[in-house]
Amino acid sequence: MSAGWGERLHRIAAPLAVGLLMLAGWEAMVRINSIPPYILPGPLLVAETLWRDGPSLLVSLTVTLRISLAALAAAVILGGALAILFAQSRLLEISLFPYAVILQVTPIVSIAPLIIIWVNDTFLSLLVCAWIVAFFPIVANTTLGLNSADRNLVALFRLYGASRWQVLRHLRLPSALPYFLAGVRISGGLALIGAVVAEFVAGTGGASTGLASRILEAGYRLEIPRLFAALLLLSLTGIAIFAALSWLSRRLLAHWHESALPSEE
Amino acid sequence: MEDASTPLLALVGVGKSFRNGIEALARIDLAVAEGAFLSILGPSGCGKSTLLRIIAGLTPATAGRVAWQAGDLKGRIGFVFQEPTLMPWANIRDNVFLPLRLQGKSRREEAPRIDAMLAALGLAGFERVYPRELSGGMRMRVSIARALVTEPRLLLMDEPFAALDEITRFKLNEDLLDLWRQHRCTIVFVTHSVFESVFLSDRIVIMTPRPGRIVSEVAIDLPYPRRGDLRTDPAYVERCGEVSRRLARATA
Repeated sequence: MSAGWGERLHRIAAPLAVGLLMLAGWEAMVRINSIPPYILPGPLLVAETLWRDGPSLLVSLTVTLRISLAALAAAVILGGALAILFAQSRLLEISLFPYAVILQVTPIVSIAPLIIIWVNDTFLSLLVCAWIVAFFPIVANTTLGLNSADRNLVALFRLYGASRWQVLRHLRLPSALPYFLAGVRISGGLALIGAVVAEFVAGTGGASTGLASRILEAGYRLEIPRLFAALLLLSLTGIAIFAALSWLSRRLLAHWHESALPSEE
Repeated sequence: MEDASTPLLALVGVGKSFRNGIEALARIDLAVAEGAFLSILGPSGCGKSTLLRIIAGLTPATAGRVAWQAGDLKGRIGFVFQEPTLMPWANIRDNVFLPLRLQGKSRREEAPRIDAMLAALGLAGFERVYPRELSGGMRMRVSIARALVTEPRLLLMDEPFAALDEITRFKLNEDLLDLWRQHRCTIVFVTHSVFESVFLSDRIVIMTPRPGRIVSEVAIDLPYPRRGDLRTDPAYVERCGEVSRRLARATA
């Protein structure tokens, strides 16, 4: 037990020490060279700005967060449904999968302006952009998972005359769960990135201004400390999303999947 | 005694060629008597697993046919693979319940049957445990419980104990014989162990590879019930020698 605590302490303390050391170095460099804040603000100034502008930045963050979470939800539902559809018919998978790939490899920055023109509602257009970025890992991973069911278990299900639905419900879906959750964890971060990129393209206009437009705005005005503060908030949000999804994944896979088991003593 | 009774099933000229042209099985004729414990003995790659899958209806034969005594046994066939092949996300009780669930049975009504099956295999108290928490031998017990819970008339076993240590294997051999006598089912048991096949079966067929065919047949007339002390019995050792010699001659 004490060994476990020691390791846990290390896992927190070691990266924390590295972080603090880097921040101290950054602050020292800024001070020694007296770099002006509009070129590079020191971490203390960024922290101070975050504290001062925090409430107004948080309002913007909720806009971006709402887009990201809605896009993630849409990616989970549509991506999962598409993967299940693929698992039902090999022909359907072969026919549609290349288009999912095309959607994935097309840089979102290049199609975002079109989507923003086509879709009238700002929130909806940003959501669509974020969704395009987020949905592929879920489709690809879940499809792989649905096709990875143990072959002998598939044979066993056939032996007992299981229906297609029973095979899906009791064998393919549980087999796909770890793959699906790995996809969701990647998509969580991508949804946030997609939302931010789309906001960048949409610019500062519009009534609902997300965190990305605040970053743009701060950049134009050379309010670099605020830019850093907004960036920091964005990173923390991304980390929080990843941590929450990792926790969910471990909860759902506890008991049975290798990835959720504690390391060997 | 078994030879006199009507066969449960008969393979008539069964052959299997794969698409790549390899002939896995050639003209297999084999009758399996009702209530028999038949072992199929042979080196790996002789097609004995393929033969088992053809009987189960999991793989189609490319020649010949499987003739059933009383219609086909759909839903009355149990299968035990070389690996335990359990669902890792389900606990032991749910794993054993699986065949009944697939047949549309209710969990509550079948509870006594599942409990009895778990008890018979020494799994009482492990109902809520997950497969990964069990040893290889215990997992194989779950796999056997799952195969027997539907009260099959035919139990097909594909080298089920090959991956286990000898101590566990001996114990499971004895327990399997007890279960066979209690459930009065027919067992077709694939193995590459001479000692295991002689200990378990009343009849052994020996197969050779390329293409897989039956080259020899031995009746083991040792009386049941057979216990662990049989392993040192001169009669048992003598039968093992006889089967070994036939196997050596066949594969030479």
